[in-house]
Amino acid sequence: MSKSWDQWTWQEIEIGGVLTEPGSARAYNTGDWRSSRPMWDKKRCIKCGICWTVCPEAGISEEPDGYFDMNTYCKGCGICVKECVTGCISMVLEGE
Amino acid sequence: MAQKMTAGKRIGMEVSIAVSYAVQLSRAEAIAAYPITPQTHIVEHLSSLVANGELEAEFITVESEHSAMSASIGSAAAGARTYTATSSQGLALMHEILFIASAMRFPIVMTVANRALSGPLSIWNDHGDIMAERDIGWIQIFVENGQEAFDHSIMAFKIAEDHRVLLPMIVNLDGFILSHVVEAHELLDQETVDRFLPPLVPYHRLDPAKPVTMGAFAMPELYTEMKMAHQMALTNSYGPILEVWREWGALTGRHYQPVETYRTEGAKVLLLIMGSLGEVAETAVDELQALGEPVGLVKLRLWRPFPFEELRKAVAGADLVLVCDRALSLGGGANPVLAEVRSALYPLAVRPQVLGYTVGLGGRDVQPADFIKMLRHGQAEAKQGPSQEFFMYGVRG
Repeated sequence: MSKSWDQWTWQEIEIGGVLTEPGSARAYNTGDWRSSRPMWDKKRCIKCGICWTVCPEAGISEEPDGYFDMNTYCKGCGICVKECVTGCISMVLEGE
Repeated sequence: MAQKMTAGKRIGMEVSIAVSYAVQLSRAEAIAAYPITPQTHIVEHLSSLVANGELEAEFITVESEHSAMSASIGSAAAGARTYTATSSQGLALMHEILFIASAMRFPIVMTVANRALSGPLSIWNDHGDIMAERDIGWIQIFVENGQEAFDHSIMAFKIAEDHRVLLPMIVNLDGFILSHVVEAHELLDQETVDRFLPPLVPYHRLDPAKPVTMGAFAMPELYTEMKMAHQMALTNSYGPILEVWREWGALTGRHYQPVETYRTEGAKVLLLIMGSLGEVAETAVDELQALGEPVGLVKLRLWRPFPFEELRKAVAGADLVLVCDRALSLGGGANPVLAEVRSALYPLAVRPQVLGYTVGLGGRDVQPADFIKMLRHGQAEAKQGPSQEFFMYGVRG
């Protein structure tokens, strides 16, 4: 997947739409249609990782400092906000 | 037993049985089918051949046609030569899976013993079932008699599996009128078929040593390109189809064309049919030509991809073409074959007048005399300007 999908011509598509290389999902940022995003308040975060555990889409990554943040696969569902034990995560509208 | 039959000898048998021998001779490796009238005898006989050890294949008994087509996709994905057969409601139940089989480019071969769709419930022959599946992206042909059914059932594998094609293919044969009739068939021996049809070489297949993703979804950025690739594959299958038919002609002396004509030289009025009505219409043409009338017959064998150029050539010089549909596009102005023929001829500066007739619905018999009556009606309508978009031949009231 060296070029983006909107550059492919019909002649370049593999027969039957077969994907011959693994990992093509990596190129697809499923979170790009997210309307709101989770924000962590590091002052109240205890690094327990519950948000990371409950995220249904692996949309949360652990940072080198042990805190957590969303990645490009976050769809903004807000489950992490609901499950956070300290209430340190809140949803903010994209673009704000 | 097909293996013991010698080439060149004509053997009387039911057409369904001949088709099952064709599948046996083609060494199908997987058969997933659900019985439905009038397809039943084909798969019944195949299951006997498998059970008796005369055909080395996996016979997958499924709980529906939806499953039959799904299992066919699975076995084709695993790289097996795959065959199935169905009819009417069974074909309708396969509907959503049929598009997937062709989009994934699996060379599945299917016989459809054409039968009317419900309702009202009818087990008898017309083309309503396949016309509802016109746009599934499969290669589709019609055969006229048992010999053609046998021949094309073998050729279909070779066409479908050609790496320039890689598309599933349907051989349409008229339910009962062909499927249940005993005809003389010239079969081929196993050695000859083996030489003609080499083992399947899958283009892509499920293989743990070389994993691939099949049936992935497409975003709006790719869907149109994938459909175009499918459209071009189907259009471009035309050349390989003709090659295989030519090779068969050289092998057996039986030659097939996408559009076939019967006594059309100098004919000003043409009948156009698909399927088993061909031989009935030939009789009508013979009778009319004996009276000195310039009437000929055009038989459409290849339905998808549609042979536009050959059709234009076949009707060139005619003043009037009567297109017989055995299906109804309810609420529309042209039934499927009529629509396609009109569409093919519309760009021509000089084109014959084209009238549409719906005949032989739900098993209604069509005799040579019916074609002659239809012709008289058509000639009168053509003279005064057609009074309807198309005509339901023989309808009472």
